[in-house]
Amino acid sequence: MSVIIPVAIVSGLGLFFGVGLSIASKVFEVKVDERIEKVREMLPGANCGACGFSGCDGLAEAIVNEGVAPDRCPVGGASMVKQISGFMGIASGEVVEKEARVMCDGRFDNIQLKYKYEGIEDCHAANLLSGGAGTCNFGCLGLGSCKAVCPFDAIVIENGVARIISEKCTGCGKCVEECPKHIIHMVPVTSGFTVFCSNKDKGAVARKACKVACIGCRMCVKACPSDAITVSDFLAVIDPEKCTNCGECAKVCPQKCISDSRVRVTA
Amino acid sequence: MKELFAILIGAIFVENFVLSKFLGICPFLGVSKKTSTAVGMSGAVVFVMVLSQAVTWLVNHYLLKPNSLEYLQTIAFILTIASLVQLVEIVLKKMIPSLYKALGVYLPLITTNCAVLGSALLFVERDYTFIEAVVFGFAAGLGFTLALILFSGVRERLETCDIPKAFKGMPITLVAASLVSIAFMGFASLIIP
Repeated sequence: MSVIIPVAIVSGLGLFFGVGLSIASKVFEVKVDERIEKVREMLPGANCGACGFSGCDGLAEAIVNEGVAPDRCPVGGASMVKQISGFMGIASGEVVEKEARVMCDGRFDNIQLKYKYEGIEDCHAANLLSGGAGTCNFGCLGLGSCKAVCPFDAIVIENGVARIISEKCTGCGKCVEECPKHIIHMVPVTSGFTVFCSNKDKGAVARKACKVACIGCRMCVKACPSDAITVSDFLAVIDPEKCTNCGECAKVCPQKCISDSRVRVTA
Repeated sequence: MKELFAILIGAIFVENFVLSKFLGICPFLGVSKKTSTAVGMSGAVVFVMVLSQAVTWLVNHYLLKPNSLEYLQTIAFILTIASLVQLVEIVLKKMIPSLYKALGVYLPLITTNCAVLGSALLFVERDYTFIEAVVFGFAAGLGFTLALILFSGVRERLETCDIPKAFKGMPITLVAASLVSIAFMGFASLIIP
């Protein structure tokens, strides 16, 4: 008799909780949209978080429920966007593939050093010491924080400046967030001519800091036949949507800070 | 009221579950890499601990004690806690999706957190009343939170340190954990009158 009571109590507890749980799961059932599952399968599944959601599951849910455009995923490419758009019955629009580009050419032969940095190999740390060792306070620190976060090994540090290998870059944008100087920008892969400078100081100050700094002289603005260049804060910016890659700006630039990234030869 | 305060301070500092009782070491080492995840995990632990203390106290008091089946505590408590976490997950998903999302993957992980079971077994040992048991669970959860957040801060700093190759990763983490634990031993002499 003494055996029966404990056995009954434990199995009773188990039964009670089991039945309770199954009832609860019926009562509190949340219907999961089966489209989410299908969209999730079409996404790359890298869970890199480049779309800004918590992995591919998050984006799949947002595409189905909130009507987020599938091209938020920069990794999957045009074929994936087309597939998901077809499945969801929405127009995909023109998909602009983007890649990251470092807007700086402050190599060691173009800048001077204010001091010798001997701290840890991390741009954020170096940035705390009066904006890094280089004379230009806007330029690349060259310690490779972007290289460390790149999931695709697409970044190399050459002569003190980070360079993104176009063929390997998937446009996930992780380096853009990481860079403490905010000099990595996303540009369409088709855009060629780029202002490789982020210096917003006045011309004379910028020229002192770096040999190839943009001084805001507006020569390129005048030379551009398609009005694609604007100068603000003494820094020229090329609008890739208007740019026709004619190369007139690079010809007139006195500082040689505009060049074609497609044929760019780096040290 | 005085007793409750003593339990609260006692469970947070003097007998901190992680650092002086060494319960819940797995999540302590597993999710302390970043402060943000540590906060998420701790929130879930506090939530589940308070609930499970209440339910296990009822199970113990009205089911096990009258039948003098105290030796079944471990199995009955595990059963109760595991089902409770499941139930909480189901209910939260439907009723408060925002909280469900915030707790995320940490909620099911707590099913196997021995700190929850430990606190349930401890209140039995100490003969706490219902209110005392719930306060004890809440305080133990807060203690867990404190330990986890403090330690995640230590680990975030370790990331940028120049650590000898042999100590990289888990070894240095364990050394750091033991040092934090030694620091908490300082509270051992803190006796509340």
